[in-house]
Amino acid sequence: MSFLSLQKLSVTLRGREVFSDITLEIGAHEVVGLIGPNGAGKTSLMRAALGLIPSRGESSLAGLTPQQRAKAVAWMPQAREIAWPVKVEDLVALGRLPHGDHAQGPVEAAIAKMGLEGLRKRRSTNLSGGEQARALLARALAQETPLLMADEPTAGLDPAHQIATMEVFGALAAEGHGVLLSLHDIGLAARHCTRLVLLAEGRLLADGPPEEVLSDELLARGFGITAYHAQTPDGPVFQPMHRAR
Amino acid sequence: MTRALAFLLPLVLALAAVSLSIGPADVSLPESLPALIFGGDGPLPMVMREIRLPRVLLALMIGGTLGLAGAAMQGYLRNPLAEPGLLGVSASAALGAVLAIQSGLSVAFALALPLSALAGAVIAVLILIMLAGPRAETLTLILAGVALSAVAGALTQLVLNLSPNPFAASEIVFWMMGSLADRSMLHVWLALPFMAVGVLLLAGVGRGLDALTLGEDAAASMGIDLGLLRLRVVLGTACVVGAGTAVAGAIGFVGLVVPHLLRGAVGGRPGPLLWVSAAGGAAMLLAADIAVRVVAPDRDLKLGVLTALVGAPFFLRLVWRSRGERA
Repeated sequence: MSFLSLQKLSVTLRGREVFSDITLEIGAHEVVGLIGPNGAGKTSLMRAALGLIPSRGESSLAGLTPQQRAKAVAWMPQAREIAWPVKVEDLVALGRLPHGDHAQGPVEAAIAKMGLEGLRKRRSTNLSGGEQARALLARALAQETPLLMADEPTAGLDPAHQIATMEVFGALAAEGHGVLLSLHDIGLAARHCTRLVLLAEGRLLADGPPEEVLSDELLARGFGITAYHAQTPDGPVFQPMHRAR
Repeated sequence: MTRALAFLLPLVLALAAVSLSIGPADVSLPESLPALIFGGDGPLPMVMREIRLPRVLLALMIGGTLGLAGAAMQGYLRNPLAEPGLLGVSASAALGAVLAIQSGLSVAFALALPLSALAGAVIAVLILIMLAGPRAETLTLILAGVALSAVAGALTQLVLNLSPNPFAASEIVFWMMGSLADRSMLHVWLALPFMAVGVLLLAGVGRGLDALTLGEDAAASMGIDLGLLRLRVVLGTACVVGAGTAVAGAIGFVGLVVPHLLRGAVGGRPGPLLWVSAAGGAAMLLAADIAVRVVAPDRDLKLGVLTALVGAPFFLRLVWRSRGERA
């Protein structure tokens, strides 16, 4: 089943074509990593897919009413904004806003899943960056949508929090959700994503399993780098090494 | 109902009762309340219904809507230093009133002053919407408001500057300090429709403001129509501030201080803060209007002067605390 379907999606911002003709499907049990260099259009692609910025082509989500869309996808922007000193449990409960209910079940489940029980009465603005990221992810989980989209969810997190975050996405996929993430850490993407989508120069260069997308040729073309890679019993390891000549 | 409202609403009622019982005519509450409710012959029902009641109603309406609009503006702009006056509507309403005083219209026709102030407010809203546009960014909106305030303020100064008549000038200065003295039920009826529309517009913004806690993108993805939300906040605030300024002059700091003071009582959530702040604003203005009559009964202390005197130190405390947070 497809949770997101993009057909020839193109975005032009202030006269500059950001990307064009992107066709992409995301279904259940997938953690799809969107990778590409700075300015490749990863954020714009996700925002256009959500219908937050104008685009040409088709997105299955952009066609929904805002209310329907809010029940189909949860979105975590890169900026982890928390404007007011609300309690962690109230922040997580914002995930129920699109449903118009005050269901405690999904909120409690999200708090438990993110290990926030001890922080629930704390003011979210007083938390550390890692704790805030966990609370915001819990908010998205409480929204209980088939698809979760997150822009750079691991940025600014320490390695333990990065791994924990990726494991949450893996668990979501195992439950039958779909996940689309933009990631800068290729190693993390290779380890934890079931599929990678490489975006560069405004085009979709590759879409497939990590070992295919992270080939020497595509890394050189997409990122202009060479990387060390190895297969370990725990899965693939990628370490960017040099800029490609 | 939140605990904060359970505390504030009885406080508002008590303050309203106290306000009703204060005035040059020395009558106790057990005498004055029946006169107010049941009417009857003689001067007492007239004093209660024509002099004291409008004063209490206006304090309730203006204080309540300033608190509501302040909470809405702070929630929408996600900034605790935002206040209803930021849009430039109150400064423009003041300019309208000043023109009515200067031209002598307000002497010829009692309602000319509030009507002219309302016209100033409406023109300001039209300019604001033109300047800031339907898809305006937050910064554009603030800058447009600042520019409008500056223009209206400068024109008000110009009128004062060129005033040939010192009496008109002093009347303008006193009017601008804000007061609820000598208002009639006509003022209540004049402000009421605008305030009702404003309150209706602002009543529906709580959900959107809650969602905006997570930023504009996250709010939009949760199904919030940001354009509609902005329109409701701007028009709603403009309606209540324009009407309030038209009948009572400039009353500052209520919309800034009250939401900030009560934010902790609702756990920081901007949606529930709306109504708590409305009750708090009504309480603050009722208390201030009682204070101006009790502290200096024979000096005609102006309401806006008192709210600024009480409000400005709170503002300083706010600055002091935010300075500590940044350090």
